Amino acid sequence: MQDYDVAVVGGGLLGSAFGWGLARRGQKTVVFDEGDRAIRTARGNFGLVWVQSKGQNMPEYAAWSLRASQLWQDFAAELTENTGVDVHYVKQGYNIVATEAELESAIAGQDRITAGMGDKAYGYEVLDHKTLKAVAPHIADSVPGAIYTGHDGHCNPLFLMRALHQDMQAKGAHYQPNTRVGAITPRADGGFDLTGEDGTLLGSAARVIVAAGHGAVNLVRDLGIDLPVHADQGQVLVTEKVSESMSFATGTVRQTDNGSFLLGASSKQIGMDTRTDLPTLAEVARYCISVFPFLGKLRLQRAWGALRVMTPDGCPVYQQSEAHPGLFSFACHSGVTLSSVHALEVAKWVSEGNIPSEFNVFHPRRFDV
Amino acid sequence: MELDATNTPKTVRLSFEGTAIEAPAGATVAAALLAADIIAFGTRPVSGLPRGAFCMMGTCFECMVEIDGIANRQACLETVQEGQNIRRMPPRIPTKGQGDGDD
Ligand SMILES: Cc1cc2nc3c(=O)[nH]c(=O)nc-3n(C[C@H](O)[C@H](O)[C@H](O)COP(=O)(O)OP(=O)(O)OC[C@H]3O[C@@H](n4cnc5c(N)ncnc54)[C@H](O)[C@@H]3O)c2cc1C
Ligand code: FES
Repeated sequence: MQDYDVAVVGGGLLGSAFGWGLARRGQKTVVFDEGDRAIRTARGNFGLVWVQSKGQNMPEYAAWSLRASQLWQDFAAELTENTGVDVHYVKQGYNIVATEAELESAIAGQDRITAGMGDKAYGYEVLDHKTLKAVAPHIADSVPGAIYTGHDGHCNPLFLMRALHQDMQAKGAHYQPNTRVGAITPRADGGFDLTGEDGTLLGSAARVIVAAGHGAVNLVRDLGIDLPVHADQGQVLVTEKVSESMSFATGTVRQTDNGSFLLGASSKQIGMDTRTDLPTLAEVARYCISVFPFLGKLRLQRAWGALRVMTPDGCPVYQQSEAHPGLFSFACHSGVTLSSVHALEVAKWVSEGNIPSEFNVFHPRRFDV
Repeated sequence: MELDATNTPKTVRLSFEGTAIEAPAGATVAAALLAADIIAFGTRPVSGLPRGAFCMMGTCFECMVEIDGIANRQACLETVQEGQNIRRMPPRIPTKGQGDGDD
């Protein structure tokens, strides 16, 4: 007999959504979460709940992102109702671009998605400058337009984390902070023992989800599982807090609920390095100001760098070990967006011990060709 | 902290929203305001709730004030000066040309 139905390794955006979803399904759940020493992408993201442009290379991922967006409103409302924490979800977003070339390539991307999804495709509109200006009066004269789908938006990802943590514990999950899982060992009875760095037994569970972001790679390699993720660094700028003027998000600019504008985000593959640098930040600022000139008048207050958990094709990796059934390892970019499906659907897969076959496309064996 | 011949800190006179306050030379503006029982340095731009110094070490940006006509000063990082004129942050309406830029 194991201590828990499910042990989740990692309490970032993925692990928190799974922990909450499992506790909500009545599963006896524990979440082990390493402390501030770990790379914690959940604390450094941009807060978009974003559908468009996703899944150009995999229609199933486009459909999955769409499904996530469709569940988000109720997901956010349930969290707020249970915790009193407002996650500030606003379903309003335009992919506003700076140049004609970018707009062309964004349209081509949406066309690929539409073709791939077939009759499951969602519609999108291309707004020209004039139409866009009516909803986004502060765009630069040079902005050619935007893409609008009705599915994109943004939230406060830190309040999302807080609400998930608070409510999973209210639902009986054990959240164990500052606890790094050093090893997962299959037991004779089919469950797993989880041990800490110093070898002490942390607990046992019938099933295990490894959702430890960058910390997962070495942990599952010991069990013969290849988790193909690498770090993709993004740098984000934060302005002074100002009065409310923009409710929608673009792919690169959004105003937070306390008035700051976030400008993002660069993309660089430089290993496990979260440091910011001036040329990169200047380029982020330059691009955003080229879309919204008023941003140039705001004082910057801070900047940060964080590491995307990136797979080779940018799409999620969901897998259950064949050698050790009950051992799941999940990793993806866009963990904010997908938190609704992770909480409400993936948690169900794990509680039932089976990833439905329609989601086999997300198995990393797709990279083996 | 600057001391005089009798080892007493020198006093600096400044004002907050027109009200005179005194502070020991070398103190930060945030410390001077707090010592004068001024806890709310300003209000939050969106919610309108009061805001004041939180970390006292330059990281939270909750202590913003206008000093001698210049907005966006961190009160916890500025040292009091004789005659300094401290005000709450003016409304920051980003799209109305009220930023720090030059147009
Ligand atoms: C700059 C940037 C912008 C982004 N913007 C967006 C966005 O706008 N929208 C969106 O949807 N997504 C966005 N993302 C992506 C999103 O943040 C990630 O998808 C998400 O954080 C990944 O979640 P995770 O749980 O896998 O990893 P993390 O959030 O990193 O969590 C992993 C957790 O595991 C713990 N851990 C690690 N090793 C162990 C161990 N051995 N034992 C126990 N615990 C362990 C860590 O402490 C950590 O808490 C962005 C990412 C970046 C970097
Ligand atoms: S009190 Fe935190 S920055 Fe000044």
